[in-house]
Amino acid sequence: MAKIELSFYPGCSSQKGATSSNYLVSAQTMCEELDIQLNEIPDWNCCGASIGYGGGGELPRLALSARNIALSEEHNSGQEIVATCAACWLSTREAKERLHEDEQMFKDANAALSEAGLKYQGEANVRHMVEVLVEDIGFDGIKSKVKKPLEGLKIAGYVGCQTNRPFGIAGESFENPKYLDNIVEAVGADSIPTYEKKVQCCGGALAFSEPEKSQEMIKGIIEAAYDNGADMIVTPCPLCQANVEIYQDNINETYGTKFNMPVVYYSTLMSVAFGRSAKDAALDGQVIPAKKLEEIASK
Amino acid sequence: MSDLNTAMIEKYRSSFLKEVEANVEEGEWVKMCMQCGVCSGSCPLGKHWDHPPQELFMMIRANKRDEVLGTDSMWMCTSCYNCIARCPRGLPITHIMHGLAVYSKRLGLVQKKQPTAEFSQIFWDNLMKKGRVNELKLGLSMYFKDGFGQGIKNAMANQKLGQNMMKAKRMNAMEFFGGHSVKDLSGFQKMVKKAQEIEEGNLKDAK
Repeated sequence: MAKIELSFYPGCSSQKGATSSNYLVSAQTMCEELDIQLNEIPDWNCCGASIGYGGGGELPRLALSARNIALSEEHNSGQEIVATCAACWLSTREAKERLHEDEQMFKDANAALSEAGLKYQGEANVRHMVEVLVEDIGFDGIKSKVKKPLEGLKIAGYVGCQTNRPFGIAGESFENPKYLDNIVEAVGADSIPTYEKKVQCCGGALAFSEPEKSQEMIKGIIEAAYDNGADMIVTPCPLCQANVEIYQDNINETYGTKFNMPVVYYSTLMSVAFGRSAKDAALDGQVIPAKKLEEIASK
Repeated sequence: MSDLNTAMIEKYRSSFLKEVEANVEEGEWVKMCMQCGVCSGSCPLGKHWDHPPQELFMMIRANKRDEVLGTDSMWMCTSCYNCIARCPRGLPITHIMHGLAVYSKRLGLVQKKQPTAEFSQIFWDNLMKKGRVNELKLGLSMYFKDGFGQGIKNAMANQKLGQNMMKAKRMNAMEFFGGHSVKDLSGFQKMVKKAQEIEEGNLKDAK
C-alpha cells in the first residue's frame, strides 16, 4: 500500500495530559500500522469547538479555523487536512464552507489573518480520520492488517453526533450509519446493528454546564449497550468517549445503576487487533479498564 | 437596558424579522421555516426548551422580540445537528440558534447565571489566553464560577472523577502553571482582536 501523507490537526483534547491523549496515542499506533504519515500542522490553535460560539461570535470563531487551514496550506502544502476529533473536523470544515460561500466573510477573515502574517486560500480538503479509513484504506484493507482478531467481543458502535452530522461520511445515512459496525466486524469482533442509541447526543459541551440533563441522555446510551449484550462501546469522538465513560459513577449514584461499561476508540480496537501492545493502544488511558482488550493484547 | 439594545429597538421597531435577518448569524433563513416541527421533535434536549426552534421561528415572525431574546431556550442547543440533518428545507438551525444566543448576549439580554452562556464565555476566554484550551483551568473555572465556597464544594463532589482522570494521565495538575500554548501567541491574539473589531463594527453600522 502506498504511503498516505496527511496534514494532521490533533486538537486541544489530544495533547499530553488532556482528556483524549489516549486517542492520539492509539491513532498514531493505528496510522503506523496502516502506513499513514501524520504531518502535524505547525502551531495549530483551538477550533473553538461547539461551545466557543457564545464567546466568539461568528468571524472570530471562523478566523480560528482559517488560521489552521492557512498554516496547513503554507507548511503542508498539497496535503489534505485530517482531524481525529469530531469538533475539530466539523469546525474546520464548516469554516471552509462559510468562507467559500460568503465573499465578505472571506475578505474579513483574511484581514484578520494578515495581522498574524497569514493568508487563507481555502483550497485544502478537510477530512475526518474515519473518512480516510473508510474511503482510502477500506474495510478489507483494515481486515488485511489484523493479526489478533477480536473474537468473541461484542461491541456497540456509538457514532454520536458530530462525526455524523451535518457532514457525515459519504454514502452513510445520518440516522443509521453503518461504518463503525463495519470497522468492528473488520477487526474480528461482533457488531450490534440494532444498537438503537448509535447516534444519540451525549450532551456534548453541555455535560459541563447542564450535567443532570446530559447524564440522563448518557444513561440511555449505556443502558442500550447493556440491553444489546455489549462488552464495550466504541466511538470516533473524543467528547463522546469522555462523557460516556467518566460520568458512570455519577450516573450510578443518581439512578442506582451499576454501570461499568468500557468506552474505547476505533483506533484502540485497531491497535490491539493489529497486534500492538496495550500501551501502544493506550489501554492505560481507560478510566473504566477494557479488560477483554487487555487480555487479547497480552496474548 | 444596553445602548445597543435601545438602538436596535428604535431601528427595527416594525419588524423583528428584519432585525434578525440583518444581525443574527444565518438569520436570513428564518423566513424559510415552514413550521413542520421536525426540529423541535428531533432535539435531544427538546423537553427543556421553553420555546423550541420551530416556535422561535414563528415568534420572530410575529414580532415577539422580548420573548425571543429573553428566553434561555437557545442555550439548550447541544450542537448535535439533528435539526440541520432533518430540516426539509435545509435551514441551518443549529447556527441560527447559536446566532440568536449570541445576539441576545450582545444586547445584554441573557438571563443571569444561565450555565451554558457562562460556560461558553469561560471556554472562549480560556482558549484566548494561550490559543489552545487548558482543560484543567477550564474545569476549575466552571467549579469556581459561583464563588470560592461553592467552588470547593464542587471540587470535592468531583474529587473521584479528577483522581480517575489523573490516574489515566488524562488530566495534569501541572497544566495549572502555564500549560500548552501556540507559539505565535501575539499573532494569534492580534488576529482574533481584528476579527472582533470587524464584527463589532458591522453591528454598529447596523445601528
